[in-house]
Amino acid sequence: MSKFQLNRRTLIKSGAAVGAGLALPTMFTSSARAYLNEPKGGTVTLGFNVPQTGPYADEGLDELRAQELAVQHLNGEGDGGMMNTFSSKALKGNGILGKKVQFVTGDTQTKSDAARASAKSMIEKDGAIMINGGSSSGVAVAVQGLCQEAGVIFMAGLTHSNDTTGKDKKANGFRHFFNAYMSGAALAPVLAKAYGTDRRAYHLTADYTWGWTQQESIATATEGMGWETVNNVLTPLASTDFSSYIAPVLNSGADVLILNHYGGNMVNSLTNAVQFGLRDKMVNGKQFEIIVPLYSELMAAGAGANVRGVYGSMNWNWQLQDEGSKAFVKSFGEKYGRPPSNSAHTCYVQTLLYADACERAGTFDPCGVVEALEGFEFDGMGNGPTLYRADDHQCFKDVLVMKGTDNPTNEYDTLEIVEQTPRSQVEYAPDHPMFAGGELGQCNSGA
Amino acid sequence: MDAIILQILNGLDKGSAYALIALGLTLIFGTLGVVNFAHGALFMLGAFCAVTLQRILSLSFTVEDPTQKDFLGNPLKVDTPYVVNWFGDVTGNAILDWSVPLAILFAIPVMLLVGYVMERGLIKHFYKRPHADQILVTFGLAIVIQEIVKYFYGANPIPTPAPDMFRGSVDFGVMVGFAENQIIYPYWRLVYFLFSAVIIGAVFAFLRFTTFGMVVRAGMADRETVGLLGINIDKRFTIMFGIAAAVAGLAGVMYAPINSPNYHMGMDFLVLSFVVVVVGGMGSLPGAVLAGFLLGILESFASMNEVKSIIPGIDQIIIYLVAIIILLTRPRGLMGRRGVMEE
Repeated sequence: MSKFQLNRRTLIKSGAAVGAGLALPTMFTSSARAYLNEPKGGTVTLGFNVPQTGPYADEGLDELRAQELAVQHLNGEGDGGMMNTFSSKALKGNGILGKKVQFVTGDTQTKSDAARASAKSMIEKDGAIMINGGSSSGVAVAVQGLCQEAGVIFMAGLTHSNDTTGKDKKANGFRHFFNAYMSGAALAPVLAKAYGTDRRAYHLTADYTWGWTQQESIATATEGMGWETVNNVLTPLASTDFSSYIAPVLNSGADVLILNHYGGNMVNSLTNAVQFGLRDKMVNGKQFEIIVPLYSELMAAGAGANVRGVYGSMNWNWQLQDEGSKAFVKSFGEKYGRPPSNSAHTCYVQTLLYADACERAGTFDPCGVVEALEGFEFDGMGNGPTLYRADDHQCFKDVLVMKGTDNPTNEYDTLEIVEQTPRSQVEYAPDHPMFAGGELGQCNSGA
Repeated sequence: MDAIILQILNGLDKGSAYALIALGLTLIFGTLGVVNFAHGALFMLGAFCAVTLQRILSLSFTVEDPTQKDFLGNPLKVDTPYVVNWFGDVTGNAILDWSVPLAILFAIPVMLLVGYVMERGLIKHFYKRPHADQILVTFGLAIVIQEIVKYFYGANPIPTPAPDMFRGSVDFGVMVGFAENQIIYPYWRLVYFLFSAVIIGAVFAFLRFTTFGMVVRAGMADRETVGLLGINIDKRFTIMFGIAAAVAGLAGVMYAPINSPNYHMGMDFLVLSFVVVVVGGMGSLPGAVLAGFLLGILESFASMNEVKSIIPGIDQIIIYLVAIIILLTRPRGLMGRRGVMEE
């Protein structure tokens, strides 16, 4: 039987062996990257993936304008915009972590496969470390999945489906934009006040993920205040003429038409509904009303006079008078001669939030960024005090209820703010049934 | 019953656009033997003629109004259209209000010219090439036209309203003996249907009752013999291409108030219109018109909740389903000539 004796020689030998053992993994990997697309030189590359062709090209162009502005502000150019009002003071105007920010762009074409291909190209060929932008939930879910697999951060643009931070949520993905549940929660009380609690609603719904979740959210919210849902008709996404779907509405007994449509679908269905004189009719002793739960400035402009008096909701609007919004509108307006859209706003804010998270984490490592963004509370970005919830990576903040302006004074005066619904009214539990079914999983740094 | 009448009206209205586009397609195929995939783009260009005239008539001079502020807090720049300044409020605003009907006069020469240039500049070089080449080149041309329009007008739909007196809807039910509010139909859609009927009638009358039309019909039946008689049939066919372009353009002008024009609207109609041509019979003008209205009505009925509850998704496939059935059972189409598409 041997007896273990600790003397100086044994201690030195054992210490050397343990030290070598611990150092072994890094000895062989010290020249390998710590995470995917780790910036090596004096620059860091961001990838802006927006629709540059296709029906949402104008919205994509506005996103790109905002992203370019954000990069300028991060690099210390221009007036700094929302960096001056942002509650976090980590950003210094010297790029991100001292590296100058440059960007590459991709064209999503508002098609999932094209968006994945352009994001993949920016990650693999251009070395983009973060992907931001987009104008569709289908695209957002597809690109979010790709970024999770690749190991880069995805800061979503305009995506309103509950699924993005519900069943399709991912650890590497973050959404600043609001969602369909929040639209319902914000709109319902305003609609009850404006139109009463005894209403019968007829839904026309775009037949894809966003349309389904929006219809479910709005129907649940309005039924919760006493409305009855008479019918829900799914319309093909490729529809251009909605007359066949609108014609039966008047004789259905409904006195409200809810259009769960976005983009060209929304412009056409609303125009068709107004042409059919729905808003001029009295049904069940009440004035017939139309509701468009999700608005965008560009779509409101496309629908022209038809949006007048029609209620909807938005993530943000340039008419807000908080200091952050004013600073952003001033920067954007002076550079481009027009007010920013809410899709531009969310892309701008997401770019700054990503940069700020890198600064606070002290690294570009996606897992460090995820940790910095999870549970992050901030203010000064246009929506009041905001939380990036750790459970699902969804931002919680005030939501706007909007109405088509009755007497517009200029081309940008299409919508007016009816109410800034407080954050507490649109919050929900992480395990809410409308968001059930997915797991964030583990962050992936792509190493 | 009221629901059925409503869907028939809707079908006639949709069918009007299909019929007008298909009529032009058939004219080009029947005369030049070209399968023109750029025809939807001509429809879109017509709609943008309406947008362009609206913009021309709205050309304004700007005056700063210090009592109002823009979104940056600067004095608001107020635009006053020149036509209002020149002709006064009433006449000037009436001209602006009637910009879409006025665009018909603007679109006719523009579209004739576009058709002429398209045929002489590009398509004539493909007469003797296979149909596949023609399809590729005309489809490419359609994309080029689309992108040019998008470059100048953007991707967002552009509202182009009908004159005030045609906005809103009429109680069509009362006119045909139903109770009030049973069959409500938009004024402008009825105008569109009547306009289409007039254009279709005018094209048929032109072909039937004029010497020019008689020669064209003879050329469609036997090009070689007409040529042997010393008639320059090619020149007449080029003019027919221009007329077909004008018909598609006029269909687009009048469609502008129904759905705000966007650069992609031609493609939305193109495939459906080809199906209409195939169902009606390649080269048959009455067939194109008949199939246009027939498929429009069928599509409307397929969108009814009662039908969709029995066969979900039927509204998305009905037109293609009919095309398949026709191709299987009567390949030459409803009114096509014996032998065409049957070999």
